[in-house]
Amino acid sequence: MATQHSRSAARLMIAPAVTLLLGWMLIPLSMTLFFSFKKYLPMRGDSLENGLDWVGFENYARFVTSSSFWPAVQATLIIVGGVLVVTVILGVILALLLDQEMWGQGIVRILVIAPFFVMPTVSALLWKNMFMDPINGFFAHILKAVGLQPIAFLSQHSLGALVTIVSWQWLPFATLILLTATQSLDREQLEAAEMDGARWQSRFIYIMLPHLARAITVVILIQTIFLLGIFAEILVTTQGSFGTKTLTYLIFQRVLESQNVGLGSAGGVYAIILANIVAIFLMRIVGKNLDA
Amino acid sequence: MGQIELKQVSKSFGNVEVIPPLDLIIEDGEFVVFVGPSGCGKSTLLRLIAGLEDVTGGHVLIDGKEATLTVPAKRGLAMVFQSYALYPHMSVRKNIAFPLRMAGLDKADQNERVTQAAEVLNLTDYLDRKPGQLSGGQRQRVAIGRAIVREPAAFLFDEPLSNLDAALRVGMRLEISELHKRLKTTMVYVTHDQVEAMTMADKIVVLQAGVIEQVGSPLELYQRPRNTFVAGFIGSPQMNLIDGPEAEKLGAHTIGIRPEHLEISQTEGAWKGKVGVSEHLGSDTFFHVQSSASPEPITVRATGERAFHYGAEVWLSPRPEHLHRFDSKGLRIE
Ligand SMILES: Nc1ncnc2c1ncn2[C@@H]1O[C@H](COP(=O)(O)OP(=O)(O)OP(=O)(O)O)[C@@H](O)[C@H]1O
Ligand SMILES: [Mg+2]
Repeated sequence: MATQHSRSAARLMIAPAVTLLLGWMLIPLSMTLFFSFKKYLPMRGDSLENGLDWVGFENYARFVTSSSFWPAVQATLIIVGGVLVVTVILGVILALLLDQEMWGQGIVRILVIAPFFVMPTVSALLWKNMFMDPINGFFAHILKAVGLQPIAFLSQHSLGALVTIVSWQWLPFATLILLTATQSLDREQLEAAEMDGARWQSRFIYIMLPHLARAITVVILIQTIFLLGIFAEILVTTQGSFGTKTLTYLIFQRVLESQNVGLGSAGGVYAIILANIVAIFLMRIVGKNLDA
Repeated sequence: MGQIELKQVSKSFGNVEVIPPLDLIIEDGEFVVFVGPSGCGKSTLLRLIAGLEDVTGGHVLIDGKEATLTVPAKRGLAMVFQSYALYPHMSVRKNIAFPLRMAGLDKADQNERVTQAAEVLNLTDYLDRKPGQLSGGQRQRVAIGRAIVREPAAFLFDEPLSNLDAALRVGMRLEISELHKRLKTTMVYVTHDQVEAMTMADKIVVLQAGVIEQVGSPLELYQRPRNTFVAGFIGSPQMNLIDGPEAEKLGAHTIGIRPEHLEISQTEGAWKGKVGVSEHLGSDTFFHVQSSASPEPITVRATGERAFHYGAEVWLSPRPEHLHRFDSKGLRIE
């Protein structure tokens, strides 16, 4: 936007959107902040009409000193990190494969994207009952067919199972972004590298990966923000048992199962801070990448 | 050494034959230019030599050795692409060193060769920049640098100057010619600009629709074009090609006369005509004359001082020793 005039026009145009978004975010945010400093146990007769007791930072202190806090942080990091690793690696591989000329390309591409359109609850149920169930599941049948003991994935390898389910959902997203990035790579660059004597692996490491770096950071950034909040998958499968209680799930339990709104809100504020730290960190990486 | 021989090489994409079987020998140390209109298969031919495209039929020999199935990296050829194809995330130094790094040279050797190439190409001050921070001409030089450090048997250029502005193009043209004189390495150069072809080549290969129309030195092509296509393609402004009674008088289907081989006079001559547009270039003037000889205007080249006003009546006379005659198939009549 070049002129003063067009700049102020632009501001005017985006004002409604900004106002709406701010309201959308600010009202829940300030309510969460408000509750986090109050004792609010609806089952014990606390209510907004009677006024809530101010408890200072007590909720915050209780949330982090609770024995479930650190395991929840750990579970969150393992799930988010695991899904990121799986989706980025498989996403790059799939993107490179899908970029090749092949028969039935269009259909294969649609199939690859399909999981993204399945609702999280549905996909978690599918995985839980059709694949990972130790009695009727597909994997159990395969294991039995080759003479092995069926495995109760969701209790014995709960985190791994969750990472698998969530990765399956997010792989299409990663693949799609990485595929478009792959397609934007200048063919002549690859040919130049080929003439320069770079073998397949070198072309991948020195030409393709650097070209994909920006797309990979974008995938990581967007996925992290969404993955920090995964919930349905846990509720449907393990309900937070077997070490799969993430921060989000812990907050849910505090508010809805223990009916402690104040404590849950304090947890929510921690989650906001954590998400922002991640976001700032990632924005810097992306910013650096965009400058280059 | 860098002798390249194509034996009955052909190329089809699907059912479309882009290059019918073709023979060509490029001698060691020669500067060969492939020239022809857009889409005639120049790039395809170059890519067949490079090995980036598989031949449909025939053989490619490099230094007499069969190389038809050799992978590009093993042919000992270096290519400079039209888009430069620099690696955007690597510095100029790393770009130039890339082929050496791939060949497994040690760091010291790499550095020495890169420094040398940078000196030759005036890139020393830019070694630590990224390609994105360079001008078009500098990028072009980096691409050439990346080619010369490999010390290839031959260089392949695909329209390397087409992304540069006119002034820079002239400069780079000279630099590439000079590089050739100094390195004495075979160069194969693709362009659709006949001025580049004329000024740089030892040998020009004129292509049309994948067929070689003529091979020869720039002067041979200028003086004795084998057919009307070459006659019209080589030389600027284009040769005037005249059909009809004037040609029949000389026992030809078509006659050709270059603008610089026509006399223009106000008093006498062979063909009477009217001056149309005049283009004054300072050194030369081009007159477009509508004459009795042909329905199309005839271009005449005169010295810069000559001037005729629009619509002036003039006479044109071709210099007989410079008249080209062609038969009904467009082939030259000696
Ligand atoms: N990969 C391909 N698949 C199908 N047809 C192709 C392919 N590459 C080139 N062609 C066709 O081959 C013909 C020659 O193409 P080529 O690129 O060699 O032309 P060129 O002489 O280099 O033209 P220009 O001066 O425009 O670069 C064109 O008709 C083009 O459409
Ligand atoms: Mg071309």
